[in-house]
Amino acid sequence: MDTDQPDHRLTIVGGGVMGTNIAALAIGHGIPVALADISEAALARARGSIAQKVRHAQLMGALPPDRSLGDLVTSTSLRDVAEATAVIEAVTERTETKAKVLAEVSAIIGPGTTLISNTSCIPIDELAGSVMRGDELVGVHFMNPSYLITMVEVIRGPRTSDDTMDAVIALLTSLGRQALVVRDAPGFVINRLLHPLINSAAMLVDEGVASAEVVDGLLEGCLGHSTGPLRTADLIGLDNLVDSLNVLYERRGDESCRPCELLLRKVREGNLGRKAGRGFYDYGGVAS
Amino acid sequence: MTAEQTTIPVTAEAVEDALLSFLAERVKASVAPDQDLFGSGLVSSMFAMQLVVHLEESYDIAIIGPELKLDNFRTVQAMTRLVLRLRDASG
Repeated sequence: MDTDQPDHRLTIVGGGVMGTNIAALAIGHGIPVALADISEAALARARGSIAQKVRHAQLMGALPPDRSLGDLVTSTSLRDVAEATAVIEAVTERTETKAKVLAEVSAIIGPGTTLISNTSCIPIDELAGSVMRGDELVGVHFMNPSYLITMVEVIRGPRTSDDTMDAVIALLTSLGRQALVVRDAPGFVINRLLHPLINSAAMLVDEGVASAEVVDGLLEGCLGHSTGPLRTADLIGLDNLVDSLNVLYERRGDESCRPCELLLRKVREGNLGRKAGRGFYDYGGVAS
Repeated sequence: MTAEQTTIPVTAEAVEDALLSFLAERVKASVAPDQDLFGSGLVSSMFAMQLVVHLEESYDIAIIGPELKLDNFRTVQAMTRLVLRLRDASG
């Protein structure tokens, strides 16, 4: 076994799709994880999901063969985050929710603990106003599934310090991730580009111009996208997508980011994508 | 596991036929027993994990350790061999 790994101990707050993705990534790389969520039921679901995701990573040969799996502990108490070397916030993509959780975590952890938001859209500097040490907050936009996609988007807020950048890059290196660093802005780079594309793709389906299969087929077959925008939407989760589009629309006023009626309807009907077994595509009613 | 599933005879032919039917329904395409499902782009990495769970639940096997690798799921024939190997090992 590899004994040269730095002594990272990761706490993740939020056991949804992204929290469990990141937990599986860390555990698979031999890094112990403490996961916090609001209820025992949510934690039970998260433990099952993490176990499946670690297996998925093993299946795909995405884990280093020379490290044993990291331990997982779960808790409904944020007090259990205090001993971590880094804390990743992965709660719902709503500014007030993220700000509240980050403020609570920040009040518990000691100086020198890297505080990471897994926001996909909210400017880091908006969140930095809620924490005790804004220089220790940094954004890391992990992709889904985090344990299969090596590249991550790292967002340096205007207050983020050099030490924090060094610490987050060291953590990501231990996780086998490659970072590209961008400056702070709503949606950063990836979702400033991707979300209006998905929204427009959904509008085309709603207008009857083309089916979801045809829209995706054209972008995959003609433009070389590995996954079309609507398959990607199902992977993101349509509720998360609507939340992120709202973040972009409220901050930039860009009409292409106003969530279209078809997206809103699917969310109202509970057709949230892969995690619900149905979104733009039918996954046989099986959440995945 | 349902009572109906437990009555499926676990022969190579039966496993192969059941897998071909399952894939035809799920990927909406007809596949050959020796076709590379991943190389042909028919099956995504996300669907690969669903294949693992499907085989475990259908044939009461645990696919773990060194058997949990993509090559065992690359073709219907490879999956059939895996099922029979693990059934033999547990029997």
